[in-house]
Amino acid sequence: MDRFREIFDKRHDYAREWKARTGGRVLGYFCTYLPEELAYAAGALPVRIFGSHQPQDVTDRHIYSMYCPYCRDCLAQGLLGKYDYLDGIAKARSCIHMRNAFASWELNIPLSYSHFISTPSNIQSSRAKPFLIKELDRFKKSLEEWTAKEISQEDMERAIDIYNTNRCLTKQLYMLRQRTIPPILGAEAMDIVLSSQVMDKAEHNVLLQEIWQNIDQRQNERDPGIRLMLIGSEDDDTEFVRMVESLGATIVVDEHCTGTRYFWNEVISEEDKLAAIAQRYIERPPCPAKDFPERRRWPYIFKLIDDYHVQGVILIQQKFCDPHEFDIPPLIALLKERNIPSLFLEFDITTPIGQFRTRVEAFLEMLAMEVI
Amino acid sequence: MGIQSKYKSKPLDCWQKGKELRLNYYKSLITAREEGRLLVSGSGASCLALPAGLGDFVYFSGEPYGASIGYDPAFSLEAMEAAEARGYARDMCGYMRNYWGSMFLDRYYFGGPFPKPDFFLTRHLCDAGHGKWYQVCKEYYDVPLFVYEQPVTPPGVRFEDVIEYLASQLYDSIEWMEKITGRKYDDEKLIEASRNFFKSEALWGEICLLNQAIPAPLDLKSELALMPIAIGIRHQPEAVAFYEALRDEVKDRIANQIAAVGDERCRLMTDLTPPWNFLKMFRYFEKYGVVFVGIWVYCINSGQIEIREDGVVLPAKTPEERNMPLNNRADALRAIALWHLESPLSQAFSSPKRKAFDIIALAKYWRCEGVVMHYNRGCPLCTLGSPEAKLELQKAGFPVAIYEGNFADFRELDESQVLDRLETFIQSLGLSKLED
Repeated sequence: MDRFREIFDKRHDYAREWKARTGGRVLGYFCTYLPEELAYAAGALPVRIFGSHQPQDVTDRHIYSMYCPYCRDCLAQGLLGKYDYLDGIAKARSCIHMRNAFASWELNIPLSYSHFISTPSNIQSSRAKPFLIKELDRFKKSLEEWTAKEISQEDMERAIDIYNTNRCLTKQLYMLRQRTIPPILGAEAMDIVLSSQVMDKAEHNVLLQEIWQNIDQRQNERDPGIRLMLIGSEDDDTEFVRMVESLGATIVVDEHCTGTRYFWNEVISEEDKLAAIAQRYIERPPCPAKDFPERRRWPYIFKLIDDYHVQGVILIQQKFCDPHEFDIPPLIALLKERNIPSLFLEFDITTPIGQFRTRVEAFLEMLAMEVI
Repeated sequence: MGIQSKYKSKPLDCWQKGKELRLNYYKSLITAREEGRLLVSGSGASCLALPAGLGDFVYFSGEPYGASIGYDPAFSLEAMEAAEARGYARDMCGYMRNYWGSMFLDRYYFGGPFPKPDFFLTRHLCDAGHGKWYQVCKEYYDVPLFVYEQPVTPPGVRFEDVIEYLASQLYDSIEWMEKITGRKYDDEKLIEASRNFFKSEALWGEICLLNQAIPAPLDLKSELALMPIAIGIRHQPEAVAFYEALRDEVKDRIANQIAAVGDERCRLMTDLTPPWNFLKMFRYFEKYGVVFVGIWVYCINSGQIEIREDGVVLPAKTPEERNMPLNNRADALRAIALWHLESPLSQAFSSPKRKAFDIIALAKYWRCEGVVMHYNRGCPLCTLGSPEAKLELQKAGFPVAIYEGNFADFRELDESQVLDRLETFIQSLGLSKLED
């Protein structure tokens, strides 16, 4: 398990080494609605751009300070040269905060390639899929032009297969957490998903298979304590998760884009590969920015709560994250209706771990009394 | 810049008519039900012509209503607190929180209970609002909602499938409206309302551009008062007639050198909607001979202009002026889709680079000597790319001042700090207060 964490912590080294080893191009992306399969089929390594959780002062002249700290932290990494190995960037439409980070990256950090995919927000419309197929076709063609390589049907099949394997293996590992004593901790699960977003998926699959083969030998006598679920905005704050799990709780499942929303559904095979990929991104567990007019998040969240025997929910929201600000009040009300206690925390670039510890401890004490 | 100019100045003849139209519009929301008219609500950026095929209706535009409440700090505070009491964050769209709060309180700002819509129909332009805004309303009232979204495509690019995607959603909206209302949809009414919609938007854009003249015939405070007509009823012949009269009057003022600000000696523009309860700041700077000649966001939202790739700014031509006939539903919906996609507002929201380009083009067109930018805490979409636009404006040689506030939440505005800041900026342009 430590390998996943190590790779994520040293993700820039990994990407540089991959590039030197394969001669391939590295494509930075800003949101998990990007159909990575196509970039992978083009021979590129898609890596999700993350922040550093360090204070920074380089983005105020580019992004308004009321935009979320995560998007500013991501841009800061580019401006500070941490992603100097990137050959290109791509973005799928999701929230305007990340759109600004992408646009400012385009404007201020010269690269040979950038592409924006107008992934529909109105994904519940029957018109969304045909339109997304066209957008994917434009993305594919732009990648072909950039890499001077045609993306064949076989390339796409291979990429889909590798990505589906990754999703399937990760989901299987997640499902083990339904057990009374989960063999994988929440922090470990987060390390797995985070590393998958910055690694060559074929290599990540090898690591997942190794874990899977040895999972039953894992001796985990740890009392899981209170079973928690994390719900909310982008969250790569493993320090926070470790802190929570050090207090007599286990995060057994999550619903965010560094967790289940990223990998939960696979591409269902069909002859038209672009159509198959489009279907997957239309049907994936939605970001709140795309969850209207009906609510598709709620059934998904409550199924996870049931399946993973969740006793309490920690709702995390990146400060100023509008899409989640829409969903959190009705979600809190629904959780309350179903007698599932929740704790809301607002995240910034740096996490006030001491304050959060106090709040989480109080939450867990309250939950422990309810359990008794 | 130091020489004081004196021009004739007088109020607009159209002013009273504009005021009546605005007031009648808000009153019509109260009486719609008893008059048997449908009440439809959604974003003011939507195509107001769409429900016309169902017969008589009133469109309850969310943003101008939120702005109206923003004028009144006391009512706004109650509304904001009602939204916050339900857990909605203070950094969300200010218009939306005013609208929601009024809905939660069941108090309509212009009197009586909140006008409960028959259904919600909205264009989704903002990924921090629109579809989600009316989802909350839909659930609160348990009335249907239809959302059509605007794809985010590179400026100047016209992919057929992009037009088709938007037009097909509009098709679906008509079938959906027929289904939920049980009414038969009349395409002739759609076509007529679309004509008015295009014409009103083109006229409003043209009127804004007429402020190129020196002295400027209109000041920004007046423009902001006349613009809500476009947002509320721009699909109606009354709006077209009013804007035609206004345009003619503005042309007449230009021909006769009638100024909005008699002592015009410095021309500035702004980018975003100012705080609605603080429009007095524009009057305040008239003491320096400053006239704010335009606003980027409202010249192109509820108005349509053309900003070409070479920076040339032109009034927009309606579809029929461009030889696109409006003979049937398909023609009308395709024309609406194209109109939305070609809007400089949509293009700017697709690309902050384009936003900067457009603001610079307008600053040049209006012959501005500087730009005042509002970092609007109340509108995440509007501020998309604002800091980049500021850098580009400075590169282009325009002095820029920034102030921070909120167009609809007075709690986020420090009036004296803003006045001090802008006064310093204006003095840095070499201006001093004119003698009374």
